Amino acid sequence: MIEYRIDRGTGVATYLQIVQQTKHALRLGLLEPGDRLPTAREVVEATAVNPNTVLKAYRELEREGLVQARRGLGTFVTKSLGAAAAQSPLADELADWMKRARTGGLAREDVAALFSSVLEHEFTEGEQ
Amino acid sequence: MSREPAALEARGLVMGYGRRRRPVLRDCSFRLPTGRICALVGPNGAGKSTLLALAAGVLRPTGGTLRVLGAGPAEARPRIGYVAQNRPLYPQLTVAATLRLGAELNRGCWDRESAERVAYGAGLDPKATVRSLSGGQRTRVALALALGKRAELLLLDEPMADLDPVARHELMCALLAVVVERDTTVVIASHVLGELADVCDYLLLLEEGQIKLAGESEDLLTAHARLTGTSPDFAPHTVVESRATGRGHTALVRVQGPLDEVSRLVERPSMEELILAHLRNPGAPALFTGSASPAPSQEAAA
Repeated sequence: MIEYRIDRGTGVATYLQIVQQTKHALRLGLLEPGDRLPTAREVVEATAVNPNTVLKAYRELEREGLVQARRGLGTFVTKSLGAAAAQSPLADELADWMKRARTGGLAREDVAALFSSVLEHEFTEGEQ
Repeated sequence: MSREPAALEARGLVMGYGRRRRPVLRDCSFRLPTGRICALVGPNGAGKSTLLALAAGVLRPTGGTLRVLGAGPAEARPRIGYVAQNRPLYPQLTVAATLRLGAELNRGCWDRESAERVAYGAGLDPKATVRSLSGGQRTRVALALALGKRAELLLLDEPMADLDPVARHELMCALLAVVVERDTTVVIASHVLGELADVCDYLLLLEEGQIKLAGESEDLLTAHARLTGTSPDFAPHTVVESRATGRGHTALVRVQGPLDEVSRLVERPSMEELILAHLRNPGAPALFTGSASPAPSQEAAA
């Protein structure tokens, strides 16, 4: 089961951190359709955030059609998020590109900066 | 909008200790709906502990009324868990005997599992006498009693003050787990603003015996903004705090009307910034969001 890690220093609203971490887990295939998200009790017991914050995050995920709350049973994942991306040819191409960058003499920070600048440019809407 | 009884509802509450001294609470009015986790903040001497003691029925107000769970504080007492600042316990009893006493006094509703979990969480010896405990360990036992009681309303006076960071986190998690299960209302008086921001969804800011901010954290935050721009004039917004920063001016304002996002940088303040700005500027007008205004008998809540 997914464990949330709340970072109080980022300025990102706590409920958004839960939303983002859930999506991240969906993308990485750590969560799959049918999996149950932790209950509000389980989350507050581990993170000491307000229970309503957890419920707000779950409502947001439900609104986006990623999970579904089933009364008395819990909240379940209903959709995967581009889990295919990890296995697609794009992944190989990116790995290949990284290799060339590295052999070309770019440092890790250079690659990261380049990557995020192109990312920003291509996805100007700031889609999470 | 019909309302169920609030966890706390104060109208014109006054509390003075002795006739010659300035009252600690002066015309204090607010409402705290049930099911919330509320931070009660304010500078030293603002009246936080007095307010909690009144709600717990330990003190009686000099004037005004305070309703607790729809009843008088004395009647509501069996439904309240109160952890006073001095953690009153019997020093000669062992921890185990203290919990047995709690079970005896709350027969039929005692939650032994929660109480023992909180009391013995950090390897506290059941046979140790209360007298021999450190401040933080006493807090543990006092909190265990309050949670074991299955109270509908928990009044916690500086519960985290004498705990180490690990114990703080552990006890806060244990507290929230119980609260979420039973939909308990919690009032936490505290100075530790950063930690409270994630835990609480309601705020009461007490200043010089009066409530200055009251309401859902979310509503209070959206009612304010941090503006930065070249002009020192922030009208029509109400300025809570402002200062010059190099060529620019930045202010925490109470939003009145549309925000001009073209000539100014508009940011959302954090709960901590909001509280600090109000603590530093006692002159800012009071703000109550809808659910925090004491029930108006006729007129609709704003």
